[in-house]
Amino acid sequence: MKVVPMIHNYKRAIQDIRDHKFLNTVTIITIAISILIVSAFALFFVNANEIINSWKKGIKIMVYLKPDTPETKISELIRKIQHMDGIRDVRFISKNEAFQELKKQMKRQSSLFENLKENPLPDAFEILLKSSFQNQEKVEMLATKIESLPQVDEVEYGQRWLGQFTNFFNLFRLTGYAMGSLFFMAALLIVANTIRLVLYSRRDEVEIMRLVGATDSFIKAPFYIQGLIQGAFGGIIGLAVLFVSFLLISLSMERGISPGLFTIRFLSPGALCGIILVSIFVGWIGCYLSLKQFLK
Amino acid sequence: MIDDQNKSSIIRLFHVHKNYGAKKALANITLDISKNELLFISGPSGAGKTTLLKLLYLGEKVSEGQVLIEGINLSRISHNRIPFLRRKFGIIFQDYKLIPTKTVFDNVAIVLEATGKKRRFIEKKVKSILRTVGMEEALHSLPPSLSGGEQQRIAFARAVVGDPKIILADEPTGNLDEVSADIILELLKRFHTRGATVIIATHDKELIRKTGGRVIHLNQGYLQKTINV
Repeated sequence: MKVVPMIHNYKRAIQDIRDHKFLNTVTIITIAISILIVSAFALFFVNANEIINSWKKGIKIMVYLKPDTPETKISELIRKIQHMDGIRDVRFISKNEAFQELKKQMKRQSSLFENLKENPLPDAFEILLKSSFQNQEKVEMLATKIESLPQVDEVEYGQRWLGQFTNFFNLFRLTGYAMGSLFFMAALLIVANTIRLVLYSRRDEVEIMRLVGATDSFIKAPFYIQGLIQGAFGGIIGLAVLFVSFLLISLSMERGISPGLFTIRFLSPGALCGIILVSIFVGWIGCYLSLKQFLK
Repeated sequence: MIDDQNKSSIIRLFHVHKNYGAKKALANITLDISKNELLFISGPSGAGKTTLLKLLYLGEKVSEGQVLIEGINLSRISHNRIPFLRRKFGIIFQDYKLIPTKTVFDNVAIVLEATGKKRRFIEKKVKSILRTVGMEEALHSLPPSLSGGEQQRIAFARAVVGDPKIILADEPTGNLDEVSADIILELLKRFHTRGATVIIATHDKELIRKTGGRVIHLNQGYLQKTINV
């Protein structure tokens, strides 16, 4: 397209937006809300994924021994476990050591320990895994192997919560996809409807333009520009609201909700650009749909 | 035969019918209009005058028969070519069809903008044509603030600003007082003299008498007679 008509079309689009402030504002707000919701899901996924990955990296197997396992057997067990595939380190935690640690962690409830006649905790091993073994299947396989050793009473590796959290995360991801698609469709329909209303309010003008020999592309151009502007503004506003909410949440987390447990991060510049492009696309496609129908 | 097109004909109609459902708007119209001809289409209301004009600029499609504009068969024209066909016409509507929210300048300039003319050219041409129709003072006015006669002059300016080969005027003086009607008539004659083919649909016998030219008379969709005044 030539530069002069492009500038002219841009001016016509701006004038249209000025002439139909209410309709355009409603469209921009709708796109902004849709983008906000979809991006909030994306933000959650990014951070939850990171947390799960960091937890997976720290996976360890706790092996609890049967009561009164002799020291000779313990040394033998350590050797056996150390020779298994995927083992990075094996640390023995005696029941006394564990009890002291527990006491330290539960200082405020120290009265609970005073009435205990004997240490109820078992001797245990803390097993760290090589990075290549830090996935659910291999951990499970290794745990089963260790559990079959004669002096081993119980093996724990956080399988329940990790599995449950992964399931929950997957469910949330599916919900996110469904919600994202729904909001995408809703935004699309609203943009299409707004443009249709604008077109309807200007049907005489459009008819006159056609009668004087204006091509469809000449008539459509300012509407497309309008759709692109709506999409871009909607996307930027949606992301700006998300960023402010993110700042507030991360600030409150730093102050006390869970200091130091994990840090959350905002969407990457690439993802932000992608979201704005999707938003612009929503504006454009909404425009395309209504123009196609209106100018039939 | 359609292929035997008369070289001087700019518009040709062959056995044209136009129906709206069961209602017959035009029936078996065959007509040749020469280049630079001044033609009146007369007849009472509902005779099919406006429908006939609409068939020429593809405001409506024929139900049967064929219309040729400069040899182009309108039944075979692609959707993309319709705007280019319409640029051959300057159309004056009885209800003016001006955009009420745009200034007089913008209303006239739209024709040139639609054809991709440069801004400087548009400004010069629009001002010149508004001067021709005596409306240069109203450049920045909005159409609703003007009288009927003034609005029709703006509509005239819009019709001729693109130097069309054919001017179609549908009841151009229908809503005007005598003075305004005379102004419009003079303008139509002036552009006819400059070489445009002018087709005027009217039921105003006085207008035909004053102007002269070929007159075709329609009644209930049928071409009844052709006379020269």
